[in-house]
Amino acid sequence: MKTTTAERWHSKNKALLFVLDCSRNLRMYRKHKYLVLMFVPVVMYYLVFCYGPMYGITIAFKDYSFSKGILGSDWIGFDNFKRLFAAPSFREVFRNTLILSFYKLATGFPATIAFAILLNELQQIRFKKVVQTISYLPHFLSWVILGGMFIQLLSPSSGPINQLLSLIGMKPIYFLGDVKWFRFTLVITSLWKGVGWGSIIYLAAIAGIDTQLYEAAIIDGARKFKQIIHITIPSLAPVITIMLIFSVGSIINDDFDQIFNLYNEAVYSVGDVISTYNYRIGLIQNEYGYSTALGLFKNLISVSLILLTNFLAKKYNDYGIW
Amino acid sequence: MGIKVSAGERCFRILNIVGMILFCICAIYPFLYLLTRSLSPSEASLVKIGLLPERIVFDNYWRVLKNPAIGAGFKNSIIRTCVGSAVNVAGAILGAYPLSKKYFPNRNFWTAFVVVTMFFGGGLIPSYVLVKQLGLMNSMWAMILPGSISTYNMIIMRNFFMSVPESLEEAARIDGANDFKILWRVILPISKPILMTVLLWSLVGHWNAWFDCLIYITHPSKQVLQVVLRRIVMEGAAQMLNPNSYDFADNKIVNPENIKAATIMVATIPIIMVYPFLQKHFVKGILVGSLKG
Repeated sequence: MKTTTAERWHSKNKALLFVLDCSRNLRMYRKHKYLVLMFVPVVMYYLVFCYGPMYGITIAFKDYSFSKGILGSDWIGFDNFKRLFAAPSFREVFRNTLILSFYKLATGFPATIAFAILLNELQQIRFKKVVQTISYLPHFLSWVILGGMFIQLLSPSSGPINQLLSLIGMKPIYFLGDVKWFRFTLVITSLWKGVGWGSIIYLAAIAGIDTQLYEAAIIDGARKFKQIIHITIPSLAPVITIMLIFSVGSIINDDFDQIFNLYNEAVYSVGDVISTYNYRIGLIQNEYGYSTALGLFKNLISVSLILLTNFLAKKYNDYGIW
Repeated sequence: MGIKVSAGERCFRILNIVGMILFCICAIYPFLYLLTRSLSPSEASLVKIGLLPERIVFDNYWRVLKNPAIGAGFKNSIIRTCVGSAVNVAGAILGAYPLSKKYFPNRNFWTAFVVVTMFFGGGLIPSYVLVKQLGLMNSMWAMILPGSISTYNMIIMRNFFMSVPESLEEAARIDGANDFKILWRVILPISKPILMTVLLWSLVGHWNAWFDCLIYITHPSKQVLQVVLRRIVMEGAAQMLNPNSYDFADNKIVNPENIKAATIMVATIPIIMVYPFLQKHFVKGILVGSLKG
């Protein structure tokens, strides 16, 4: 009986309770005023530079004009989205994005794991360190630098790769200008940049494997290859699964920096992806509404994938990102 | 060696070493090639460049360093990197410390408030319009303010602060220290590893950043090195390579490819110089970040 009376009282005085709650909160904020003082600039930053642009998403539903501003521009409903989904170029970049992500995942993912396992098998510690040091280096350089480097390296007239090909009697290949080769070039250069760095997490996981397992295997007469198949890889399975889930979750995210610094008009049909297309439409052709609509569409897919993969990861072994 | 190594295993080891050496050659060759090219004399034929330059000349580097655009780019990059990284570290600390305190009012709400932005954002055009409306176009702040707090770094730092024993804080509080003093005198001195990691992440991030500069900074003399490099190497800004546009004392033929190579090397060398240091802290950092927070 008591609880029901209390409940009735609560439901009657919701407003009063809310005010009490707020005043308690205010007291708490005042009590920790220095912490709050610290946090104010942080909140300001997020409001202006993160939530501000979120408000700007309304541009996607407007006929944006500079002179009228975001608020003053006219609402046009879903027109930008209708144009977007009707555009053949949109379908092309969407397909390119998925194909390239898939290729990169299918090559980069196993290559990274294999590299980590092979690296771990090196007996000479110093040599292993040297290989690691060399393999991490490209990670620290921007695609502007690497793009410039690959343009020279792959040049059909003067690049050393094509000179090598001509030595063995092949015709020069225009790696960056031929629709047949461009995706291949993107996949290889991405592999070249990322394999060493990506292996770190697997190396750490391998280092955590109980050495007794290997000792037991050696006593049982298991060869190196068998040890890798039956101990190393199964021990890595949880990490591999998580990394795979998250990689699949980011399949819609293309590598803008890489493609923007390597592509050219000749290979748009195979190499143009959502982000590069979005940049050209938005900031070169100034189609603000259309570009924002595309950005929002991509963002929504990305968020759904993250939610889905996080759910899967949690289900698999309570390892989520939050 | 107590355990005998079978022939198959020895074979595997040798193959593995050979494979790794090949891998290293592949990884390093592009840099070596550019180095050779940048040190080659202009008249060296394009096709004949092998592993070593015919003779080493520094002409290309002199040309690059004499180029006023490169000098300005270097300066802008350094300023941006220093100021931007300082802002990044300060921002991460200011956000991470309150969020690490269980008694911070509405902590869960505020954590969600920042974490949401990791997964959802306005996108290219809304951000561009915002920077434009704030009047930041062509200002260095356009490259610093929009990214002044990295949520990821902040969360990692928060996790580190949370691992600091509460007794340290309580002792300081009994001595009459307020939150600022506790943060400055107690927490930060013992948080050097995480501060170092975040600082280095920011330094490399700012040094390598170029897209924000490309879209927000239209004035050539205010652009950072990466964008100047892009203009020279990719967009092939002819006037920047044409010797006639500069007041060169000598009147030699200039090989644009060698100049480009030297330009790329000039932008790469700073990173290579600090690389051993970077590598150590980055590897630590990535492992900190991958642990469950």
